[in-house]
Amino acid sequence: MKQYMLSVYQPDGAPPPSVDLEKIMNEVEAWRQEVKDAGEWVFTGRLHAPGTATVVRLRDDEMLITDGPFIEGKEHIGGFTIVQVADLDAALDWAEKFIRIAGLPVEVRPLLDED
Amino acid sequence: MSAPSATAKVERVFREEYGRAVAVLVRVFGDIGIAEEAIQDAFAEALRRWRSAGPPPSPAGWIITTARNRAIDRLRREASRADRHAQAALLHAADEPPEEGPVRDDRLRLVFTCCHPALAPAARVALTLRLVGGLTTAEIARAFLVPEPTMAQRLVRAKGKIRDARIPYRIPKDADLPDRLKAVLAVVYLIFNEGYVAGSGDRLIREDLCAEAIRLGRLLAQLMPDEPEVMGLLALMLLIESRRAARTGPGGSLVPLAEQDRGRWDRDLVAEGQDLVRRCLRRDRPGPHQIQAAINAVHSDAPDAEATDWGQILRLYDLHLALAPSPIVALNRAVAVAEVEGPGPALALVDGLDLDRHHVYHAIRADLLRRLGRTAEAAEAYEAAITRTENTVERDFLRRRLRALAT
Repeated sequence: MKQYMLSVYQPDGAPPPSVDLEKIMNEVEAWRQEVKDAGEWVFTGRLHAPGTATVVRLRDDEMLITDGPFIEGKEHIGGFTIVQVADLDAALDWAEKFIRIAGLPVEVRPLLDED
Repeated sequence: MSAPSATAKVERVFREEYGRAVAVLVRVFGDIGIAEEAIQDAFAEALRRWRSAGPPPSPAGWIITTARNRAIDRLRREASRADRHAQAALLHAADEPPEEGPVRDDRLRLVFTCCHPALAPAARVALTLRLVGGLTTAEIARAFLVPEPTMAQRLVRAKGKIRDARIPYRIPKDADLPDRLKAVLAVVYLIFNEGYVAGSGDRLIREDLCAEAIRLGRLLAQLMPDEPEVMGLLALMLLIESRRAARTGPGGSLVPLAEQDRGRWDRDLVAEGQDLVRRCLRRDRPGPHQIQAAINAVHSDAPDAEATDWGQILRLYDLHLALAPSPIVALNRAVAVAEVEGPGPALALVDGLDLDRHHVYHAIRADLLRRLGRTAEAAEAYEAAITRTENTVERDFLRRRLRALAT
């Protein structure tokens, strides 16, 4: 089995009023339960807005702390789920199901094997 | 057996059997790198051995068995040094039957892996030619006019992604098959078109690409005999290829279909292509490749350009547009409309299309305007077409047309 991180990319700011957020959240929850029932769910993390992020870095031996995300962009990672499946096609299947619910692009990326 | 002929024999087996051997060994070891390295070893061994002893009764079987044994020996040495990758490959090999058994399926799996949509299109083409077609990296680089290190890098990167992202080595499930098959056929047609475009790059090598695409098409037709689109693509390539000799005039200039010497068409390829089209028609599961093949078969039927059954071609384009609507198909349909209903109605259709970037759009408009006697506008359209094509042979053709307007 192989682990993949499914990261959801969403536009900055609040979703347009036409989006029924509650309906989508319920369906996403059902999706997550489906992954769990298949025995392929490892972890889900939902993130606060990128404005809440803080970056820490080392500059000339001095710890520098700055407000905001590491990369400023028009989209940010809204959350991620780690699945454990047989191969890329199986991971892509979960991503496709998610996209049909949320309508947001998903990056599927393999985790290095830890053993 | 003399040395040169033994070398030639090994090279022929190498080219013909490479894909088969890679396919079996990827299944056995679950790893493309291990499979390729083992096969290289086995071919080197074949060169030494066959020179003195002559080739064995089943050269391909010998290569596969030797490659497998060599790989296992090497992996055992590496596994004993606690190499996890080698251990995993050995474990994989222990579960897989070593014989060539379902080679058909093995090669099909390899095709679907090479053409996986998670790989970039250029990488799919390169991988398919390398692993399924058995072309060397240098040959692929020359054919695509890129430096060899660039092509090598592209292949390494693609194989790395297959390994790290674990792109599966299997035939896609039924729900995914139509889309995945489309991707496979697109790769083969891309290879064919790359070889077909006249006048760019080394002509001989480019023609090899057409031959290679047809070879892949034949392989797919053999592996997937129940897919009419596979048959349709093969028919389409054969019918286009049949006109190669007639398609270029003295000095490599482009000769359009209507002006070709049809006596120079390859009758064997025409017959084979038309037979495949008839078989597609009997299946009655039309698709874009089959319809394009059928349109080409109608052209092949006509003893001269005047005898072309444009009504039939127009009906095929109507079907094509209904099945897979696209502005390019609509543009080609307009050419048939011009023959059936005249250039006026065709121009009205063409003017409604948003294809300004495409030189073919302007070339077709120019021709329609010329036939309508609107010479000044035709000249403008030819100029627009000329500035938009990078192909020297096509540009020369369009310049000749532009000059002919003045006379």
